[in-house]
Amino acid sequence: MEISKISEEKQKNLLSKVLEVLKTMASRPSGFIGLSILAFHILLAFLSPYLAPYDYKAIDPSLMLQAPSSEYWFGTDSLGRDVFTRTIMGGRTALTITFFGSIIALLWGGLLGIFCGLVGGKIDDVVMRIVDAFLSIPWILAMLLIVSLLGTSTEVLIPALGFFYGKGIVRVARAATHDVIAKDFIVSARARGHSNFSIIWNEIIPNVRDAILVEGAMRWSWMLLGFSSLSFLGFGVSPPTPDWGLMISNARGLMSFAYWSVIAPIVGLSSLIIGINLTADAFAKALGIDRSTKAPV
Amino acid sequence: MLFLIIKRIFLGLITLFIVSLITFIGTEVLPGDACTTYLEREAYGAALEACYKRLGLDIPAYERYLSWAYNVIQGDFGYSLSGQMPINEVLGPRIKNSMVLASAAIIIGIPLALILGIITALWRDKLPDITISTITIFAMTIPEFISATLLILIVAIWLQWLPGIVIVPTDVTFFELLPNIILPVIAIAMIMTAHMARMVRSSVIQVMATDYVQMAILKGVPYWQMVFKHVLPNALLPAINVVALTIAWLLGGVVVTEVVFNYPGLGRLVIESISNRDLPTVQALAIILASIYVSINLIADLMTLMLNPRLKSLQIRK
Amino acid sequence: MENIIHSVKNLSIGFRSKKNDEISILRNVTTNIKKGETVGIVGESGSGKSTLALAMMGYVKQGLYTIEGECLFESSNLLKMKNKDLEQIRGRKIAMIPQNAGQSLTPNLKIGYQIDEALRLHTKFNKNERDKKISELLNKVRLPSPETMAFRYPHELSGGQQQRVAVAMALAGKPDLLLLDEPTTGLDVTTQAHVLELLKFIAKDTGTSMVYVSHDLGAIAQVSDRIIVMYAGEIVLEGPARSILKSPIHPYTYGLLKSIPKLSLSGLPDSMPGSQPQPGNIGIGCSFYDRCKIAEDKCKKNSPSLEHILELQTSVRCFNYKNLKKFNDKINSITQKKNISKGVNEILNLTDVSISYAKQKILDQILNKITDTNPTVKDINIEIKKGETIALVGESGSGKSTILKSIAGLLKIKDGKIKFENDRVLSSDLKKRDSNDLRAIQLIFQNPDESLNPNHTVEQILSQPLKLYFSLTGNELKKKVAELLNKVRLGEFYMTRYPRQLSGGEKQRVAVARAFAAKPDIILCDEVTSALDVSVQAAVLNLLQTLKEDFGTTYIFVSHDLAVVRAISDRVAVLYQGRLCEIGPSKNVYQFPSHPYTEVLLGAVLEPDPDIKPKLVAKDIVEEKPPEKGCCFQGRCPRILGDKCKNETPPWQIGDDGNAIRCHISVEDLKKNQIKK
Repeated sequence: MEISKISEEKQKNLLSKVLEVLKTMASRPSGFIGLSILAFHILLAFLSPYLAPYDYKAIDPSLMLQAPSSEYWFGTDSLGRDVFTRTIMGGRTALTITFFGSIIALLWGGLLGIFCGLVGGKIDDVVMRIVDAFLSIPWILAMLLIVSLLGTSTEVLIPALGFFYGKGIVRVARAATHDVIAKDFIVSARARGHSNFSIIWNEIIPNVRDAILVEGAMRWSWMLLGFSSLSFLGFGVSPPTPDWGLMISNARGLMSFAYWSVIAPIVGLSSLIIGINLTADAFAKALGIDRSTKAPV
Repeated sequence: MLFLIIKRIFLGLITLFIVSLITFIGTEVLPGDACTTYLEREAYGAALEACYKRLGLDIPAYERYLSWAYNVIQGDFGYSLSGQMPINEVLGPRIKNSMVLASAAIIIGIPLALILGIITALWRDKLPDITISTITIFAMTIPEFISATLLILIVAIWLQWLPGIVIVPTDVTFFELLPNIILPVIAIAMIMTAHMARMVRSSVIQVMATDYVQMAILKGVPYWQMVFKHVLPNALLPAINVVALTIAWLLGGVVVTEVVFNYPGLGRLVIESISNRDLPTVQALAIILASIYVSINLIADLMTLMLNPRLKSLQIRK
Repeated sequence: MENIIHSVKNLSIGFRSKKNDEISILRNVTTNIKKGETVGIVGESGSGKSTLALAMMGYVKQGLYTIEGECLFESSNLLKMKNKDLEQIRGRKIAMIPQNAGQSLTPNLKIGYQIDEALRLHTKFNKNERDKKISELLNKVRLPSPETMAFRYPHELSGGQQQRVAVAMALAGKPDLLLLDEPTTGLDVTTQAHVLELLKFIAKDTGTSMVYVSHDLGAIAQVSDRIIVMYAGEIVLEGPARSILKSPIHPYTYGLLKSIPKLSLSGLPDSMPGSQPQPGNIGIGCSFYDRCKIAEDKCKKNSPSLEHILELQTSVRCFNYKNLKKFNDKINSITQKKNISKGVNEILNLTDVSISYAKQKILDQILNKITDTNPTVKDINIEIKKGETIALVGESGSGKSTILKSIAGLLKIKDGKIKFENDRVLSSDLKKRDSNDLRAIQLIFQNPDESLNPNHTVEQILSQPLKLYFSLTGNELKKKVAELLNKVRLGEFYMTRYPRQLSGGEKQRVAVARAFAAKPDIILCDEVTSALDVSVQAAVLNLLQTLKEDFGTTYIFVSHDLAVVRAISDRVAVLYQGRLCEIGPSKNVYQFPSHPYTEVLLGAVLEPDPDIKPKLVAKDIVEEKPPEKGCCFQGRCPRILGDKCKNETPPWQIGDDGNAIRCHISVEDLKKNQIKK
């Protein structure tokens, strides 16, 4: 009875902490804009199938490359599909894949980083060397290779992106752990004889959590950027699924006379990335972490 | 000092070795190999075996790795599958073209980033900072393919000032190339400059808050003398490493930009060789790009070592 | 008046809070500095003393602004001056010697350049003259080999040397007024005494006026002609140094002086309740009301003004200062410690303990051997009896914390044994100790900011040991936490607070409670009061003493502060460079005859009494490593005999009162030489 009350209280604390952080984030204009854009995109991702005026894959050669009109708000593309429909639906795949991808990146990168920071020594050296090696392969080359050989299904993309964007988190989590581990409260816990697991769970995680979460938020925007680049290069979402990167790639050859079909997805993708970025920035500031000193590795 | 340098170089070589292993194993374990790709539907029976024999795929993987690695160390990457010519010949002009693009971006980007970063830090929260910082946020978040596409749309199509798509042979001379690279360089430099400017800004702000800068003010040191003597050397030193990482990371951006502008560099080769499943070329590219990454970081490490009085005297004493 | 060099008028400095309230850090400060005098500004952290010193240079930190008032120097207000004009005054007319010279010297510039910069800006010397002047200045601040010093970087110097460079830099412009912001804080006891001596010499030699800002009444007492006491952003007392220190007429100053442990008195100092209010939390009444023993109703509602008393030449901010006069004779009395019956049983025994920080060579790692002929800590033999408080005293690098860590099992020992209760050998590897041994030895750290997990509430912090050792849960756990809080004089409502919501003293109380939660036999205290303000320090010392009387716990108390050690410990061990110099009952160690190092340490202690001057006997150098052979103190010993000290390890001698001294000089000779002086 009593214990459940305590855990309930903790949950309430967590919720109120989240609310407090959100409030701090929204109190700055940039944070407010970022959060609003992000919220708008998430809402759109959920609702767009119901809002879309046309079928996103309905091809009609007679309607090819129509300029924006009251009927087709953003015009039509080279296959006569409604650009508005495809634009509002174009972020769904990217958002989903990168969201779950960042969670995977966060989990494995964070845990491995904390582990390496805690144990140190030889294991740490070896793991960091391997992580460094992965860092030195340009992400685009590695992703292209994986995707071209394993295909572009969600089951491939999520873990592949998660893996590739997690290696940077390993470094951040390890550095944060190193900072914390020298503190006297960890020494105190060790001297009391707590187990490694208890030290990680009770003492380290609460103190590196913020840094890792901020890193995760940052990864999300980079992952989105990476994923869209893949789509743009033709290695991401397969047609006819609407996706901004792919739409830009398809429409760009014709943009000298049908600029609308390229502008609409550009606005969609740019606003989402800026929204996530501003949010990540505000998140970092609300938690008191300066993220601008970090390299985008 | 010498020991530290040797140690860094050694670590870099280990990284390259691991990269070579990763790419080799990576291309090995993934389904499909060069011959099945190359022969497509005829990949069975005698034709397949002949192909294996021709490409040396019939011997065990580790032996192939060793002979491949041996050749790479000699500077020989083997034969490209799709082009049927030595990879070295394919790579040569591509590397040169990409180098032109990247160096131009770096030469423009680093000084610009320094200036912008310092301005925003010194006028922190004032108008110049707010304006520049807002622009840098946009510049660093928008993907290269979008900024490149927009540049083409606006500058090449609407204004018709510059060619939008690079249509030149691979072995073009530098001066023929020049007008063609202006837009790609802007696209690459923009995102890189924005990243670096932000890092320089926060590094300068951190140093401005230190006790020794306050002491310099209390000593009566004039403002600009304080900035150049007391602030910048200490602020830019830690920035070197971060800048190196940023440059290395942007190699990926170069690939995308090259595709948008149809630029005959390494980036487009990456896409081409992957589409063709030209695995030997992909391996060669991975090693080359990783070497660039490793050497940029190595240079940054060495620069930091040379410039940091702390490390310098540490070495002398020991 | 003609001879006033700097005057502060009605100065208030503050900042805007998040809710846009104006919060003052300095409130209506008015004072004058006369030509040639040294004024000490004393106050605890947060009293606004550093803000005042910086304002006197026309410098207000970022985020702060001047609410009203002015700082007049040569009849112009520095706070309104343009930067261009300030550059002509800073460093030339008024110079600053900062608190932490290590961080105040620009790391990428050589010492010589930094002094030269000041010379170039503020003098008309040419290059050659400046070079000569640099050597001269470095010589003046008594730095060794001043010619080569100029070519070194700040980080290559020791803390004391860095501080001397800062002094040289300040003197370069021949200023009329020197501002010193805690110039000796953070230095070792002996170094501090030497730097202070240098500053006094410079004041006399150059006739410069000085404003000496410090939290340390001991240092202030040695240098000041006049003292200003600050509390919560106000001046509460201002007057001639002697009368302020001998018969303070403000209750805060009185309490502060009472709470400082003194070398000449054994026993614990009196503590003041509570802590200084934070800016923004100061009520309408007297800011000291909450902690004042002689407060009345009117103090709660009215803020007293600074009243000048002509016959004492003193200004005081108190309604009742006359009532305080009758206490003044008691300022040097002290409550004696209760003599609790100590068991005769040994609880911990260190036998021939050596500890090495040297990295193992690969071969030795394989053979699991540590080969280091000159380890950081060597040949430590201490027996600790149940219920006693034993102190390990020494300067930085003396190995005192290292020994503590290996007792806690955090550091492996190279040689020797640590025996616990009835001669059971305690493994120096934490993982090999059983749960009961782990429980029996608890640690309290120096800095409570770092020793409490910032993301845990006080309840969670105190629950950790209770859950681990006694598997308590639910109500029982909560009850026990409340009980612990009561024991350290904190209310139950502290349970839900986070460390950041507590003051320094409260945090340290939580750390004490956490240690006692394990019902330990031994508590290792690592500089537990050095991060605290003086008035809070006394309270924590008293708390530790009461808890010990209640539970019969054994304390091993590490400190660099000889007066604190004198106050709390039964026995003292003096360490230098990881070697034991002297050990014995506290009373006797603090009396002569002593080991020459103890003599040096005792001589360097600064007492808050202008009549007790420090005696500087040892060479002022910093040794980085203990000598390979001979006596560990040979490098600095003022009584060195010669080759014998350099080659032979000195024998242990038992002094008159049972204190053991490790020295080649016989106890009789030590006695003759030391007591005569």
